[in-house]
Amino acid sequence: MTNPLTAETLGGGFDDAPIQSARAFRAALDAMARPGRIHVIAGARPPAPLSVAAGTLLLTLADGTTPVHLAGDIDCDALRGWITFHTGAPLVPAEAAVFAVGRWADLTPPRRFAIGTPEYPDRAATLIVEMPVLQSEGPVLTGPGIRDRARLTLPDPEAFRANHALFPLGFDTFLTCGNRVAGLPRSTRVEDF
Amino acid sequence: MTEQAYNFAYLDEQTKRMIRRAILKGVAVPGCQVPFASREMPMPYGWGTGGVQVTAACLTPEDRLKVIDQGADDTTNAVSIRSFFRRTAGIAVTEATAEATLIQTRHRIPEHPLTEDQILVYQVPIPEPLRFLEPREPETRKMHSLEEYGLMHVKLYEDIARHGAIATSYDYPVKVEGRYVMDPSPIPKFDNPKLSGCPALQLFGAGREQRIYALPPYTSVVSLDFDDHPFDPGKADHDCDLCGAGDSYLDEVIIDDAGSRMFVCSDTDFCRGRRAAGHVGRLGTPAGAAA
Repeated sequence: MTNPLTAETLGGGFDDAPIQSARAFRAALDAMARPGRIHVIAGARPPAPLSVAAGTLLLTLADGTTPVHLAGDIDCDALRGWITFHTGAPLVPAEAAVFAVGRWADLTPPRRFAIGTPEYPDRAATLIVEMPVLQSEGPVLTGPGIRDRARLTLPDPEAFRANHALFPLGFDTFLTCGNRVAGLPRSTRVEDF
Repeated sequence: MTEQAYNFAYLDEQTKRMIRRAILKGVAVPGCQVPFASREMPMPYGWGTGGVQVTAACLTPEDRLKVIDQGADDTTNAVSIRSFFRRTAGIAVTEATAEATLIQTRHRIPEHPLTEDQILVYQVPIPEPLRFLEPREPETRKMHSLEEYGLMHVKLYEDIARHGAIATSYDYPVKVEGRYVMDPSPIPKFDNPKLSGCPALQLFGAGREQRIYALPPYTSVVSLDFDDHPFDPGKADHDCDLCGAGDSYLDEVIIDDAGSRMFVCSDTDFCRGRRAAGHVGRLGTPAGAAA
């Protein structure tokens, strides 16, 4: 299958990569450092159905050294071409992914993703989960980065509880919706209702 | 003004992406040392190459940068790193802790409480707290993975057996969120309590040793100790001779050939702020008076 060089594939990148990626990274960093807080992250204009936030995260963090897994309807010609052209990241199955993008239903079961090794817990995947809604309500979160407690819409609280139980192993997650992003590192405890 | 020959904040984009990924993993596993492909920087190892790379990966054009070296804004290391980023990133710089959005530090935490809108970047010489007890990296990796920290407690115990107290006064090991033992960089143990529950994000960069680690805001950080020898942050039994502060970390300075000495705040911005507010120490002159 070839990726046609269309305006959609070649466009939609950063106009000023050093500055836009710096601002986008600070939003991503703050999101990961303060789980539950929702930040605006923008700059990329990826083809549908990828959100602006997920596209910007990929342009900011992915490159030829980071295999990316596209799940579900994200795995379409337009996006394969766009990500390949703009980041050079190899597109791989879930097991080999450093970054995985898709809706939660398409990313399950999350057990497939790398969770790091006991000596190198950092060698774990980062999931970018496209959400229909992203709000500061839902399950209660506690842990590093959270002063008292936070709330965040989660696709599957039980899966994130199981992921935290693996700590210091486990995957880390960005939740994206439109141009907004929230972080959910493996260190976050998802409390019972 | 930015020097046009350089990319924003000196490093190329590929390098910044690599560092940014390491920082994010460090934040996700507080206290865990994440390897990164440290680059040659235009300054020698030991001058903050790790901190500089973390700062370069985090800076945005809107940032206001403060750099301190042992608390001082006006030492060679601090002045040159500040000037480096003013030239290569075109960002604003400041000496006031409260006005800074990103603070790079060598071996101190500012006295002025940090806020949620700030990032503190530490320069780290030896990131591995177990390194002087076990020189082999595969072994220390395994010890961290197994939470096998008995050796560190033996070392602290031997301090007590030999000196009657824990003799480590800087680089004092801490445990992060009950999991990883972490080297807080050679800050005085006086600063250790400020590590815990800090509203600011704390990032640690070791350039020569190629490691990045992090403390997210409000992370629990406990200085290692024993029930019968609890951690004591220590404090020189003096007030600052310039501003009279009784609660700041002090430098001892010999001021003449007869061995007279004075104690001054190590945090120059804190001391200057207090003097401007009218506080006067034993050897100080009131603000506004002729020098």
